[in-house]
Amino acid sequence: MRKGIFNRKTNAVRAVDGVSFTVAKGETLGIVGESGCGKSTTARLLVGLEGIDAGDLIFDGDRLGVDLSLKDLWDGVQMVFQDSYASLNPRLTIEETIAFGPKMRGVAADEARRLAHELLGRVGLAPARFAGRYPHELSGGQRQRVNIARSLAMKPRLIILDEAVSALDKSVEAQVLNLLRELKDEFGLTYVFISHDLNVVRYVSDRIMVMYLGEVVEIGPVAAVWEKRAHPYTAALFAAMPSMDPDNRTEVPPLAGDPPNPIDPPSGCRFHTRCSFAEPVCGKTRPKSVAVDGAADHDAACHMLDPISGHSKSAGGSRLEAAE
Amino acid sequence: MSTTVDTKVPAVPARPAAEQAPAQSKGYWQGVGARLSRDPVAMVCAGLLTLLLAAVVFAPLLPLADPFTGSMISRLKPIGTEGHILGTDELGRDMLARLIYGGRLTLMLGLLPVIFAFLIGTFLGVLAGYVGGWLNTVIMRTVDVFFAFPSILLAIAISGALGAGIVNSLVSLTIVFIPPITRVAESVTASVRSLEYVDAARISGARALTVVRVHVLGNVMSPIFVYATSLTSVSMILAAGLSFLGLGVKPPQPEWGLMLNTLRTAIYIDPVLAALPGAMIFLTSLCLNLLSDGLRSAMNIKD
Amino acid sequence: MTDPTANLLEIENLEVRFHGERTVHAINGLDLELKSGEVMTILGESGSGKSVTLKALLKLLPERRTAMSGSMTVGGIDVMALKGRALSDYRGKTVSMIFQEPALALDPVYTIGDQIAEAVMRHERVSKKDALARALDMLKRVRIPSPESRLKNYPHEMSGGMRQRAMIALALACKPDLLLADEPTTALDATVQIQVLLLLRELQKEFGMGIVFVTHDIGVAVEISDRIAVMYAGNIVEEGTVGEIIKDPRHPYTKGLLASNLHDADAGETLSSIPGSPPPLDVKPDHCSFAPRCAHAEERCLSALPPVFKPGPGRRVACILEEGRAPQRLGQRLPEPA
Repeated sequence: MRKGIFNRKTNAVRAVDGVSFTVAKGETLGIVGESGCGKSTTARLLVGLEGIDAGDLIFDGDRLGVDLSLKDLWDGVQMVFQDSYASLNPRLTIEETIAFGPKMRGVAADEARRLAHELLGRVGLAPARFAGRYPHELSGGQRQRVNIARSLAMKPRLIILDEAVSALDKSVEAQVLNLLRELKDEFGLTYVFISHDLNVVRYVSDRIMVMYLGEVVEIGPVAAVWEKRAHPYTAALFAAMPSMDPDNRTEVPPLAGDPPNPIDPPSGCRFHTRCSFAEPVCGKTRPKSVAVDGAADHDAACHMLDPISGHSKSAGGSRLEAAE
Repeated sequence: MSTTVDTKVPAVPARPAAEQAPAQSKGYWQGVGARLSRDPVAMVCAGLLTLLLAAVVFAPLLPLADPFTGSMISRLKPIGTEGHILGTDELGRDMLARLIYGGRLTLMLGLLPVIFAFLIGTFLGVLAGYVGGWLNTVIMRTVDVFFAFPSILLAIAISGALGAGIVNSLVSLTIVFIPPITRVAESVTASVRSLEYVDAARISGARALTVVRVHVLGNVMSPIFVYATSLTSVSMILAAGLSFLGLGVKPPQPEWGLMLNTLRTAIYIDPVLAALPGAMIFLTSLCLNLLSDGLRSAMNIKD
Repeated sequence: MTDPTANLLEIENLEVRFHGERTVHAINGLDLELKSGEVMTILGESGSGKSVTLKALLKLLPERRTAMSGSMTVGGIDVMALKGRALSDYRGKTVSMIFQEPALALDPVYTIGDQIAEAVMRHERVSKKDALARALDMLKRVRIPSPESRLKNYPHEMSGGMRQRAMIALALACKPDLLLADEPTTALDATVQIQVLLLLRELQKEFGMGIVFVTHDIGVAVEISDRIAVMYAGNIVEEGTVGEIIKDPRHPYTKGLLASNLHDADAGETLSSIPGSPPPLDVKPDHCSFAPRCAHAEERCLSALPPVFKPGPGRRVACILEEGRAPQRLGQRLPEPA
């Protein structure tokens, strides 16, 4: 299972620009970044809800639009949305909502209903009690469980979770994350987990992809990214996490200012306007993605890591002192 | 199967909020009905309208005088006259009978155009809102052209072109109401279409028509319906206006707008009598508007 | 407010009940004290009543649908009795508030400078020119770059972080004694959130006001506050300094919240979570509201409200588990380990 190269262009925003990554079967890829970084657009591209302007999406070896129709894609890829209220039709009972997909695939109404009940039970909502309820009669956590059950009803192999736990209270978030972890093992699923919360992404993911203004700045195994923080933006993002230590609070903000408007991104390296290591080269050339410490599975796009970029800190691939 | 693997099990069985609610929920319309019945203003208006509707429908069964035969000796009798509770008009015809029989046409001209326009406008608006693109541009820009004219002017122009008569009034009023309903339908459809449950339905592989039928129509109907209800009073007033100008119903047919027109000469003799058809128009449209307000809040299912 | 030991804010036995289609007992006998110059965080999940507390303090709750009882005083002013002119003087001058969504709290049709100047002129007898000078000074203090030109900006011309800074400038323009902050950083990006938190901390020292900060995020609470009050089902279940709450949580709910925090969870390990969900609050709680979700609940937890133990100054726990152990712990807790 792998994903190809995207290059989405619109008149207004290049929401996602030159993004390439793969997701291996059975793994969880976490995507983090701030608002406007293109993570939600990436999610919608992966399920074919947005058209791709240039590049390819390859699922299980089949190229979307060539060997693979949207309908085929949806047989294998489903999505869980962030807003648990907007993602459930207020006029359908949750049983009808879950059974809708299978029925569209030609499953008999009785069988779809039985499946809906089974899945409701699996996500922790007793079917006898919940099947006939409407979304507004459920709590946020319960609605998100329904959302998960609906995607499972399509028997997908890959589930895109777009900020699926972000709107939940912390104690409920933990319940839903535990559920997702169990379901992954039980159904042999692959996840793409999108969140702005590094703590959550770090906990659920095998690999992590950091995005900034529509570009991938760093991608690699969680432990390696966590330790090396090769890209200055990754370092800043990690440093901005609350310390959780009253005797050792954060004293200096790792970054100044807000992320720039994605409609008009900075030239060269898009992060150079906020980066404390920026040099003239950063405003001119777009950095190449290079292997971090020669590791095959850990890449970052920063001139400081590229020995031939001309950045003063790049000579000999000198390590970046963390920006904390 | 348990979903939350906890290190500790509660000593007392948990009973979270939602589990105390009844297992089977009421249907949507039942809920709307229940909420509406708790709104005193809406219920009074609904009662008055039902009464009027019943009187109008069963008019031939009521002990009323003939609305068409008058007597020249008993013209313009005041309200409370023996045998004519609401007096008589300028040709000596019984006012009560004429008001009730007149209500038949006025209500029909108020309701039918809105019903037709509701069907056509919803179709056009949902089509434009869901499909989007050039189809949206074609439909909505055409609608905008009609919007350039004030509705009363448009109704007069179309009626004038088609000629006087009940059917032509119906047609012209329907045309007048299609643009506003289409516009409302388009905007609510566009906003529902952007909601994630429509995306979820699309990625379940459902055909566009099924997505619209199951996920869009159910959620756009109520706001469009509420808006259309508020148009019935406008339609009634426009119909009365057309008759008043001689473009709608022709004498001697009783119709509130026409009655207002023919009685206007009597305004200096008996102003109260002359104002009676106007009062009926006012009361009915007020009730329709208040009922539509009540319906709007009853259909809001947030809590 | 010269006496540093005097309480700036005192809330006693506050009850707030909403009636409408459904009755909600939002706040049930809340007690809260804040000294001037102190930052207190009310930590709670959605529906715990934390935002309602702030709105009650500003009398912002819809009067026709709300029944309130108890007492609230801010700097000696009886908030419950305020109305008319005194109330509008109180709002903005004595107490002001910042919100989660600055885009909704700022007026879109006036410039930032005009909004701040207008607030200053409403509370102080100054000319428009002086008020605008104050607005400029405030924008500098909240570290908005190129404040002179920002003064003439409309809210929609600013980024989210800048808008939040502008709202803080607006709230602090009249130098209130007490600032209420309702999740002001929740809608912000992580790298911007920490900037705003640090800014608030600096401004608090500079202006010396008291802050009641409401959030659902423990990490944010640790960064900003001196003390934390944990709220559940309309009442405070535990209160203490940040160190006490983080290092020595006593109430099972606080413990559960800390445990379900992902901060140091290892990938793949099962998260300990609190089962169930909060109570509906359609009746006034007559027993411990947390008992149905609590692993330590006993029969008596379901029959009466829990006793409130005060193991130390500014420390309280509303749980029977404190029985018998509070006195010994009191001695051990001091001095606080560095």
